[in-house]
This record gives sequence, structure tokens and C-alpha cells, in this order.
Amino acid sequence: MSYDAWHIWAIILGLGAGTYLLRLSFLGMIGDRPLPAWVLRHLRYTAVAVMPGLITPLILFPQATGGEMDPVRLGAALATIGISLWTRNVTLTIFGGAAVLFALHFALI
Amino acid sequence: MTNTFSEFRAGTRAGLPFILVIAPFGAVFGVVATEAGLDLAQVMGFSFLVIAGAAQFVALQMMVENAPVLIVLAASLAVNLRMAMYSAALAPHLGSLSFARRALVAYVLVDQTFAAASLHYEQTPPRTAAQKMAYFLGVSTPVVPVWYAATWAGAVLGSAVPPGLPIDFAVPITFLALIVPMLRSAAHVVAALVSIIGVLVFAVMPYNTGLLIAALLAMIAGAETERRMAAR
Repeated sequence: MSYDAWHIWAIILGLGAGTYLLRLSFLGMIGDRPLPAWVLRHLRYTAVAVMPGLITPLILFPQATGGEMDPVRLGAALATIGISLWTRNVTLTIFGGAAVLFALHFALI
Repeated sequence: MTNTFSEFRAGTRAGLPFILVIAPFGAVFGVVATEAGLDLAQVMGFSFLVIAGAAQFVALQMMVENAPVLIVLAASLAVNLRMAMYSAALAPHLGSLSFARRALVAYVLVDQTFAAASLHYEQTPPRTAAQKMAYFLGVSTPVVPVWYAATWAGAVLGSAVPPGLPIDFAVPITFLALIVPMLRSAAHVVAALVSIIGVLVFAVMPYNTGLLIAALLAMIAGAETERRMAAR
């Protein structure tokens, strides 16, 4: 890395300010003005529209294996989905998924 | 009885398992950023001002490659554009709060707090905006301070995590645990499938912009499915 300290701080402050403005954007501007029904209908799907796409590449092509599909991670992902459907409990699912991940990791070394 | 404090405690309980994810992720950032040549103040500056693991790693990676400052900013901010979508989704729930309170919620708006809060807002009977804010701040109470602390520990103590462990995968596991319970209608399932297919189709696009297009298409698909099912 060959930046001046000034450049590094410009990146930190710029990314911090920009990210904060993105977070505040609609929350800060819209306030409690009522939104049209069609907008609300779209916003209801924000979480299920962003998160699956966010993690799909992490599950199928993990960077840690150089983008190669990996039985440990794929198996842990499928087990996590199964545990979630079975227990219907977020905390149990996170711990269960992590347990399967490490079990497969050490079983397949 | 549901009061504001019990909502805060419920949020804190929901946020506790995220420590499992945030702690290793933050520590790895601290280690990697320090090894890349950032001093402690700069590493902590990232974690206090940005609080967004993925964007911080993108910025760091590009800094290691000595990319121009504006390019680093553009790429890492593109990764965070989804925060604007989260912000819009929260506005109907929290919009009636004072500006100062909305500004505070915005600071702790990250993937985990958003996902846990939106799951809770969907699954529980209507709450006041103050109670919803209490839940949101409750979730962030174990999440955000642990992010600071883990980054600091990584930067100062170095990595205690043995190399080769698949800790990168803590993130997908948490998100799966949050998403699966949200798939309670055909419209939610359609939205999730479009998101998955879309991100694979648009994978060639630079700087995560494919994810944003996939997410927009998925929101449209979910809303359209809901509208048609209601019309039937």
C-alpha cells in the first residue's frame, strides 16, 4: 500500500459518510409520510430480495477455496436450511449450522 | 405485557447469536487491515465509521492494489447501496420517530440488525414505532460493540483463529437462519428464487451491481406475485 495517511483517511471518512447517508436516506427523508400501497408492497420483499442474492455466491463459490464449490460449505448450508425448517428457531439454527460446518470440516480433512 | 424495555430485551436476545459471526469477522478485518499497513486508529476508524464488513474488505483489497481513492470509494459504496433499500423498508415502521432517533437507528443499520428486526416486525402483532426502535437498538446492542471490540482485538493481538478454519461461512449460515423463516408465502419464495437466479445471471457485472439488479427484480417479482394472488 503506497498511500499518504491523508489518502487513507479520505477513504475512511468518505466511505463512512457515504454509507451513513445511504442508511439514513429513506428513513431520514420520508419520515412518517404515508407511502403508496404499491411501494409498500415492494418494500415488504426487501429482505428476501437482497439476502439470498448476497449469500448465494458465498455458498456456491467461496473465496476461501478460490471459487471452487466445496462440499463442507454446501453441506453446511443445506443442513442449516433443514435445521431452520425443523426447529423454526433462529438461534438454534445458527448454532446447529455452525456445528455441522465444523463437523464436516474435520470429517473431510 | 409488551412495553418498550421488554422489546429492547427481546431484541438483545435475538442479537446475541450474531456474536458468533461478528466476532471472527471483525477480528479477521483487524488482522488483515493491520497486516496491509493501516495503523490502529485507521483500522478502528473503519469499524466505527463504516460498520460494514463486506464493504470494508472490498475497500481494503483495493487499497492493497493501490487503486485511486475515488475508485476505492465508488466500489465499496456500491457494495453498500443495499443499505438504502433497507432504509426504505424501515421507513414505514420507524418513520414517525423524531429525526434524532431515526439518525441513531441509521447508524446501527447493518445486515444482521435489519434482517432480525424485519423478521420480528413481520411475525409479531403491530407495535408502536417506539417499541420497534427499542427492538432494533436491542439487536444492535450485542452486534455493534462486539464489532468494535473484535476489530480492535484482531488489530492488536493478531489472529487467534487457526488458519484453514471455514469461519468465512459464519455469515451465510446466519443469513440462512434469518431468511428461511421469512419464506412464509409464495410471494416471498418467488422473490428469494429471483434473487438467487438474478445474482448468478448478473454475476459478470462489476462491484456487486449485479446483486442490486437481482434484488430490484426480486422485489418486483414478490410484489407482483402478491398482487396476483390477492386479485384471485
